[in-house]
Amino acid sequence: MTLNAILITGRTINQGATIENKTSLDYQEATALCEMNSKDIGILGIKPGNQISVKTDHGEVVVKIKENNGNPDGMAFIPMGPWANAIVDPDTKGCGMPGFKGIKAQINPTDNKILSMKELIARYK
Amino acid sequence: MTVITDALCPFCGCVCDDLTIVVENNKITDIKNACKLGAAKIMGHHRIEAPMMRADKKSEFKEVSYEEAINEAAAILSKSKRPLMYGWASAVCEVHKKGILLAEEVGAIIDNTATVCHAPSTLAVHEKGLPTATLGQIKNRSDVVVFWGSNPVHAHPRHMGRYSVFAKGFFQEKGRKGRKVIVVDVRKTETAAMADEFIQVRQGSDYLVISALRAILSGHADVVPESVGGISKEQLVKLVDTLKAAKFGSIFFGMGLTQSISRYKNIDNAISLITELNAFTKYVISPMRGHYNVTGFGQVCSWETGFATAVDFARGAPYYNPGETAANDVLLRKETDAAMIIAGDAGAHFPADSVRHLARIPVVQIDPYWNPTTEVSNVVIPVAICGVEVEGTAYRMDGVSLRMRKMIEPTLPTDVEVLERITERVRQLRGE
Amino acid sequence: MELLIKNGAVIDPVNGIKGDKTDISIKDGKIVSSVSSKATVIDAGGRLVMAGGVDAHSHIAGAKVNVGRMMRPEDSRSGISPRTKITRPCTGYTVPNVYAMGYRYAQMGYTTVFEAAQAIMKARHTHEELEEIPIIDKGALTLFGSNWPTMDFIREKNMDKLAAYVAWGLLASRGFGVKCVNPGGGEMWGFGKNVTGIDDVVPGFDVTPKEIIVSLMKVNEMLELPHSVHLHCNNLGNPGNYKTTLASMELANQVKASKDRQVMHVTHLLFNSWGGTNWGDFESKADEIANYLNNHDNITGDMGQMIFGSATTMTADGPKQYANAKLLHAKWSNGDVELEDASGVVPIYYVKQISVHAIMWAIGFELALLTKDPYQMLLTTDHPNGGPFVNYSEVIALLMSNKKRQEEIKTVHEAVHAKNKLPGLDRELDFSEIAIMTRAGPAKVLGLLDTKGHLGVGADADISIYDIKPEQIDPSVEHAKIKSAFSSATYTIKGGQVVVKDGQITATPLGRTYWVDAKVPQLHHDEMMKDIVKKFKNYYSIQLANYMVQDEYVTHPQVIKAGAIPVEVN
Repeated sequence: MTLNAILITGRTINQGATIENKTSLDYQEATALCEMNSKDIGILGIKPGNQISVKTDHGEVVVKIKENNGNPDGMAFIPMGPWANAIVDPDTKGCGMPGFKGIKAQINPTDNKILSMKELIARYK
Repeated sequence: MTVITDALCPFCGCVCDDLTIVVENNKITDIKNACKLGAAKIMGHHRIEAPMMRADKKSEFKEVSYEEAINEAAAILSKSKRPLMYGWASAVCEVHKKGILLAEEVGAIIDNTATVCHAPSTLAVHEKGLPTATLGQIKNRSDVVVFWGSNPVHAHPRHMGRYSVFAKGFFQEKGRKGRKVIVVDVRKTETAAMADEFIQVRQGSDYLVISALRAILSGHADVVPESVGGISKEQLVKLVDTLKAAKFGSIFFGMGLTQSISRYKNIDNAISLITELNAFTKYVISPMRGHYNVTGFGQVCSWETGFATAVDFARGAPYYNPGETAANDVLLRKETDAAMIIAGDAGAHFPADSVRHLARIPVVQIDPYWNPTTEVSNVVIPVAICGVEVEGTAYRMDGVSLRMRKMIEPTLPTDVEVLERITERVRQLRGE
Repeated sequence: MELLIKNGAVIDPVNGIKGDKTDISIKDGKIVSSVSSKATVIDAGGRLVMAGGVDAHSHIAGAKVNVGRMMRPEDSRSGISPRTKITRPCTGYTVPNVYAMGYRYAQMGYTTVFEAAQAIMKARHTHEELEEIPIIDKGALTLFGSNWPTMDFIREKNMDKLAAYVAWGLLASRGFGVKCVNPGGGEMWGFGKNVTGIDDVVPGFDVTPKEIIVSLMKVNEMLELPHSVHLHCNNLGNPGNYKTTLASMELANQVKASKDRQVMHVTHLLFNSWGGTNWGDFESKADEIANYLNNHDNITGDMGQMIFGSATTMTADGPKQYANAKLLHAKWSNGDVELEDASGVVPIYYVKQISVHAIMWAIGFELALLTKDPYQMLLTTDHPNGGPFVNYSEVIALLMSNKKRQEEIKTVHEAVHAKNKLPGLDRELDFSEIAIMTRAGPAKVLGLLDTKGHLGVGADADISIYDIKPEQIDPSVEHAKIKSAFSSATYTIKGGQVVVKDGQITATPLGRTYWVDAKVPQLHHDEMMKDIVKKFKNYYSIQLANYMVQDEYVTHPQVIKAGAIPVEVN
């Protein structure tokens, strides 16, 4: 069941608290996740903690779903970091800043595993 | 045991300077007053212990001496035709000065983490200026505080307590009770949950909303449609009334404005709104800077090169054109043939295509910690931690210059030493 | 290191030399009476020799200047030159980068420049920039005119505590003197308001600008500071403001100077010598201001001369800057500093065909030509408010040549004929008077006449040699040569070292930062500090322990000692 969403990325306190420890599981727990509200999680037919695949025109990444009822319907939030940046829009629109917020995304449940930070970056080499 | 009082926090742009640090046997054992972010950084993490190198990014690193690593870094920069020197925000100003000098010498592009944060705000400032004030003015005077596209509970945890919401001041004796707090955001964040009023804007519509507010403010509510960006006209009219009724209004803004569609134009519009509000009452606008010394890089780079960041020295003189000379621009155009990444993590915080290009070119990393940049590096030089092991200058988000303390003795060379040695070696290689 | 300058036509008004060929001997950075035969000889070839230029009021370093750079990349782009073996890259015209700041002053033959205003809380920034400005000796004046402790102690009528605060504030900011900008207005701008005259009461603090000015003058003299209070009058830039200026200047009669110098220096008088009531009937009242100076030797002033073309207005006069931005529909930066002062930065373009600008331009020259004693009217452009300092040679040429002035007047708006007296003024300043306005006068006004502004034994070996032969040139006719020569020194010598030759930088030593260490009785200091501690506990957003400028930011200090004495009141 594909859910169309608008993806935004940004800071969270746990992402910030682990930012100097990016090889740790704590960092992965803090940033390899996607926040959506319970209604959207319900539409996907999954539970918080399950894996989802988030796909944009720029890439695809597997993260864990987390419930955040502050999100409006159709809004996916992934904390800033390598998982988010696997799929954000690189286009700086002629001003130097890539598109970290407001990217059209397709969300699907998945059984694929979440890549570790090293595995993720290894894909770029 | 040593107790250091009034220590400064080397994490976010708040640069809280009321920390108490307890040091035993050159280790920090206790911290008072720091938030979760600062405490995590200061208490420390696992660090890279020795320099390392590899020719092939897919193979294991080999441990090398500082001399070897520094020489290789110098060789890479020397040979490079279009080097990029990026990061800087987690280091003190003394490091920035060495970096800019080296960038000049090798004809590099120098850019800092603002490139993925508030560089668009600087572009807006070029157009409209920046009517702002130091944080103590907010504490002492501001009775209407707006957070727009900014979530301080998560990104600047002590901002509201020290400066903007709960802080009591000379003309604001009641603290929180004397203030109206408004949050404008695309979702109900924890900051929004604390606000007196939460205005939910449709993602990407901030520019329209700001334009609507300006129209209403200038007496042209008639041109505003019934709903703008998901917000009713009624709510917008009410908001303008609230803003106008302030004795001293302040707007703090973040990535919600800089990173969404329209980028710097969002801030350009917001600054115009503030300027127009000043015709009615006092208003200031302030960017919520992320790193504790990202502001410092902008300051040093401005006074040394005339431009705040994204400076290209290929012509021997500073050339500035974000969109052309910013870090992601040159990486995405595959123009850069070598990179030095210092006190900033491009591997983690740049889009995938930029990191793909970093993986193609020689990369030198100067950083205390193993991170995604390490994964695409060829030469890694670990250094002492500024603001914990190295003292130096940092600029708080409001432009106030402060001196970071040394809390414990470093066990590794400092950024300044490493840059100086690289520069010296570059000069040798060039026969100077 | 010994140096001998031979065959120079020396203009040294302090020592009574008016063009005589006098040798100048230099040893170890000082002018001495003679040197050995081993000295390096510079043959000046009959050229004009003066002491290095001294600028008593220029915005060269700190938060405002950097805001100017950040908001004006178009300015940074307009003066770019690449690095050389000796020099770092240069950028900017009205807001040069730090390297250009030092090189360009030196290239004009200037060797000492004072930053006009720094807030104590932002002084560390000012010093970071000063540290990177090459060659020139420098210092910064510290803002006190709207500071909460200033106003509290004045309300309490406690001059001892105020003196202690000024002494401590100078230490905290490593400042050289007391700067007072739109006194009281900086606090009112905190809520978007302003004072309208020297008798307005500042709400919340219950003091008037008049009281602020007089009290700061009193403590300035109690502390025997080298410089006097340096005042940017209220109502700057408002038609009719000459009355406020005169009323402010009258206050100088209430305090006697503790040293052989003025008791009040009124700055950039061009912007404060305005008659009329609005932009329509706006006219010059420079003659009234000059007349007052001619009859009162306890006050000095500086021109704040306007230069047509691009400028960047930047002052602690926050409300004025906002008004400028509104008037000009220009981009506007504002930077209020908690408990201290305001600031604003707004780009401007001065146009010959705009009547107001033409009248302003003429006012500056009227001030210089109508003030009889050049020691009382220093040459400045309030860089970059009136215009960039690189244009000083234009000002010099116009002061020395009525012919040039008349040619210039033909090209500006005709309003100058009705609203100014300049077209009818034929006074032409000579080299000695220029040397006073640009060297001896600023040195005396700053209280540095022992080592700056002259070429006698004991002076710092700061010397400029210009490609003019004074006895062979008629500055009135050959004004183009005057301008060209003063733009680009044949030699600039700083501390005995040649730093400029034929307009090119040859060396980039670091100059010294002058600051004043004033002593007060410990009891007064302790009492004052109790209030300061409370201010930090309750109102400042940083800790007292992190406030004061540390030694690391002033690596080449030149400390002037001062101390408290009882002040003589007239």
